Amino acid sequence: MTENQTTETTGSPLLKTGLADMLKGGVIMDVVTPEQAKIAEDAGAVAVMALERVPADIRAQGGVARMSDPDMIEGIIDAVSIPVMAKARIGHFVEAQILQHLGVDYIDESEVLSPADYVNHIDKQGFTVPFVCGATNLGEALRRITEGAAMIRSKGEAGTGDVSEATKHIRTIKTQIAELQALHTTAPDLLYVKAKELAAPYQLVQEVARTGKLPVVLFTAGGVATPADAAMMMQLGADGVFVGSGIFKSGNPEARAKAIVKATAFYDEPAVVAEASRGLGEAMVGINVSDLPAPHRLAERGW
Amino acid sequence: MSHLPGTGKTVGILALQGGVAEHATLLESLGAQVRLVKKPEQIEGLDALVLPGGESTVLDRLTRLFGLRQPLMDAINGGLPTLGTCAGLIMLADRVEDPVAGQQTLGCLGVTVRRNAFGPQVNSAETTLDWGNQGNQVGVRAAFIRAPLMVQASAGVDVLARYRGEIVGVQQGKIIGISFHPELTGDTTVHRHLLSLT
Repeated sequence: MTENQTTETTGSPLLKTGLADMLKGGVIMDVVTPEQAKIAEDAGAVAVMALERVPADIRAQGGVARMSDPDMIEGIIDAVSIPVMAKARIGHFVEAQILQHLGVDYIDESEVLSPADYVNHIDKQGFTVPFVCGATNLGEALRRITEGAAMIRSKGEAGTGDVSEATKHIRTIKTQIAELQALHTTAPDLLYVKAKELAAPYQLVQEVARTGKLPVVLFTAGGVATPADAAMMMQLGADGVFVGSGIFKSGNPEARAKAIVKATAFYDEPAVVAEASRGLGEAMVGINVSDLPAPHRLAERGW
Repeated sequence: MSHLPGTGKTVGILALQGGVAEHATLLESLGAQVRLVKKPEQIEGLDALVLPGGESTVLDRLTRLFGLRQPLMDAINGGLPTLGTCAGLIMLADRVEDPVAGQQTLGCLGVTVRRNAFGPQVNSAETTLDWGNQGNQVGVRAAFIRAPLMVQASAGVDVLARYRGEIVGVQQGKIIGISFHPELTGDTTVHRHLLSLT
């Protein structure tokens, strides 16, 4: 019983998307300390996102938001057995090199941090570690996949507790996929111009039209604060949810974390979601996205 | 299509979290009818069962939360042919070397597992393994993703695959446990093996 070493590979697209496949149906939680990471793991998070400040605090405190301190990230990697993700700034390929070196399991090239490059995203093909990227529409998602993203999350508006943008983005992506799928049978010749409109490669557009889904896992993020929010995202077709500020900015993080995990797994059973919604204490206070001046909307970062 | 090994068979996949769809696609390609299992009553009448990959801590929590733990144990111990992949293997194992506080398993398979035994995601690998008993082996294309391995197997457990010298595939009666993901590479060997036990 010896394995064939000659055909062994690491960092392949299959391995990168494969880890995201194993996260499906799960909740990924933002944490800023090893203690919070333990609470998230014990509550049933499928992964944690290690960062210095949750989006609500980044929003409140302002200034340039960057990759977290390596000591802090390593502290979280050591604290839990579930996958650990960490954020790099859009276009900041050296932060990504550092995160890969530290042994994070997934890098989030994230609009929650201040962009480092207003033209280019990171060339993610060259990395062994997989990347997740945000998208507000299908074209943006396909551009990130072309650059090497192995997982997409709809952006929403992070740090608000207002789920309306998350709803808009997942609905937009799903609707655009359905439109391509319809064309695939009725008028496949129109897919060329669709590729032009989406500003995405024709081959990918054609694949989405044929299969009716993205070639990678699609999570949703940005403003999810309650079990009902999470269940709604799942019913809208998300493969799983990111919860950022919603858990540790709430009155009872442990109970809320468990409740959101439960509601995500049983998203189509109102009785379970109702039960999960009881007695959670205060949700995060929240900001209505419509009250945010446009320059403070994070979803508009990235293109 | 009667030549397909899954024809007329209903295979359940535990569908609380994880890589469910990939097992479903592969089993359907073998002619089997797939039933997603989220409730105890959905275990009734199955010909075989798959415990997929995912996060073992989450699968443990959700199976207990929704009253699936005992029904799953009863069915598997009662002889239901079962395949556990990656986190599903951890679910089946008797012992976990490094459990998260309070983590439980179904304890149906006589092995000790070490979770995430190969390190972080950058060490995840695709490779071809020899699968089967000595002298009767075939190649299986396997993906190891933050995979566990088996540090010990009790008497009565057959070792069917090794990787870097470590045990990554076993069978005990009608229970198969593997560290890797053939459902991601599309290799049907292990699923055919499961169907042959029905």
